[in-house]
Amino acid sequence: MDELYRDQILEHYKRPHNFGVVESADLEYEDTNPFCGDEQHVTIKLDADDKVSEIAFEGKGCAISTAATSLLTDELTGMSREELLRLPKDYVLELLGIDISATRMKCAMLGLKIVKSAALGQPAEWEDEGEAGTPAEAATF
Amino acid sequence: MEQATANSPASGATDSGAFPIERVRAQFPTLEREVNGVPLDYLDSGASSQRVLASIEAVADYERNHHSNVHRGSHTLSAEATELYEGARNTVARHLGAGDRREVVFVRNATEALNLVARAWGDANVGAGDRILLTEMEHHSNLVPWQQLAERVGAKVEFAPIDDDGLLDMEALKIFLERGPKVLAIAHVSNVLGTENPLAEISAMAHEAGAVVVADGAQGAPKLPLDMAALGVDFYAITGHKLYAPTGIGTIWGKLDLLRAMPPFLGGGSMIRKVTREGTTYADVPARFEAGTPAIAQAIGMGAAIEWLDTELGMEAVRKHERAIADYTLARLAEVPGLKVFGPPRGAGRLGPVSFEIDGIHAHDVSEILDRHGVAVRAGHHCAQVLMERLGITATARASFGVYTTTEEIDRLVDGLEDARRVFGL
Repeated sequence: MDELYRDQILEHYKRPHNFGVVESADLEYEDTNPFCGDEQHVTIKLDADDKVSEIAFEGKGCAISTAATSLLTDELTGMSREELLRLPKDYVLELLGIDISATRMKCAMLGLKIVKSAALGQPAEWEDEGEAGTPAEAATF
Repeated sequence: MEQATANSPASGATDSGAFPIERVRAQFPTLEREVNGVPLDYLDSGASSQRVLASIEAVADYERNHHSNVHRGSHTLSAEATELYEGARNTVARHLGAGDRREVVFVRNATEALNLVARAWGDANVGAGDRILLTEMEHHSNLVPWQQLAERVGAKVEFAPIDDDGLLDMEALKIFLERGPKVLAIAHVSNVLGTENPLAEISAMAHEAGAVVVADGAQGAPKLPLDMAALGVDFYAITGHKLYAPTGIGTIWGKLDLLRAMPPFLGGGSMIRKVTREGTTYADVPARFEAGTPAIAQAIGMGAAIEWLDTELGMEAVRKHERAIADYTLARLAEVPGLKVFGPPRGAGRLGPVSFEIDGIHAHDVSEILDRHGVAVRAGHHCAQVLMERLGITATARASFGVYTTTEEIDRLVDGLEDARRVFGL
């Protein structure tokens, strides 16, 4: 089996989960991977306790960025904004379950960055290439 | 200065006879290496070409034996460095068919060349309400500096459209020119579509309309014979690292009278005639635009690479080779199911690069899988986001060629694409 393009990744790429737009969203953010121009748009609806009740994403991207955001958005329902902001990079990497090279790290992290930016209401920035950078520290209120 | 081996000078410089591909490849050490256990198949020369031995050796010889700062030094090493540096200027001038060697200004790359024109010429000649005409196929380096100029002076940027084949719409261009833009900034060859714009014809049209023509030759210079007078342009930007030479060096060629009428770009050493407490008078061109210690070794490396191209191959032969490879690539890619090429069909005016997408596989994933086969292509927007928007896409995969590219390497590209389709279950 292919190391990078294993069935689970391709499945999420071809039929991404939570694909679309949440109506009357409370949080939303759109960003691009400056590397390649890929775009993703994340919309989130919060419940009475300010926790994620619904989340969706749309956009055009490669297998890695699409699968990563598809897998990530599967896990976020019930989380508070603080919890979203504290999600580490490894959270996404473990969901993907594959080795991500430095050149593809921006693809893998695009969705997480946009989710955090949506939670923050402003761009969440961290050094996301290679091993450096902890998004949990970078993105705080 | 020692030149690299030139065992049979000019034997490849004639139009007749086969392109000496084996002899050419032997001059590029990088091509000997392997990637992922297979020989490198380098199809990314449009981003940066590999270095020719003549250039590598000229740089090494300079660094080992002749280095000093150029100009003004009266000692031996400074004289040698100056002679080599100015010799490189002569080589570039001859290669471009420049009327005067002073028309060649060394800069860092094509981006800096175009910024120099937009700043030094633009600020002095473009004002509020003026129009700046670009095309939809411009690289960001020939687009952003003009947007910045427009912001500074209150001018308006317009884009001449391309047609659905990726050719410049000449009728529309005529209409945009009739509106009287101060400048037309245009790529000689598109870095995405492989379109060769008919610069001579376009320059004549633009001049009739009163516009100055600034050509981005980053992609054109490595593929085409150049004659500035025949092209009729006013400025022409080239970069060394796409011409088999080092990074950090390029040139802006400009008509002497235009350059001489322009204020300096950067201030500092070398660009002055006299400095007093009250003010400065500036040096004549090209020194006026070469503030500070230049990239001496890199300029010498650029001169050596161009010298090699001109004496060993000749640019007519280079053009024929580029056309043949682009033609072969277009023919082979037509065999891949679900593959769409962006850019003009096969024929005159169609060079590399060849950009494409495969239905169901993102360009990034295409390039990742090709890399496993040792095939290096580029994926992304190629610094041409206005063009991507026009094409209705965000990214393409792009195969681009050099003098060393073989049809066998294109076959390996196609094999790799078949594997990408297999991996994605297509």
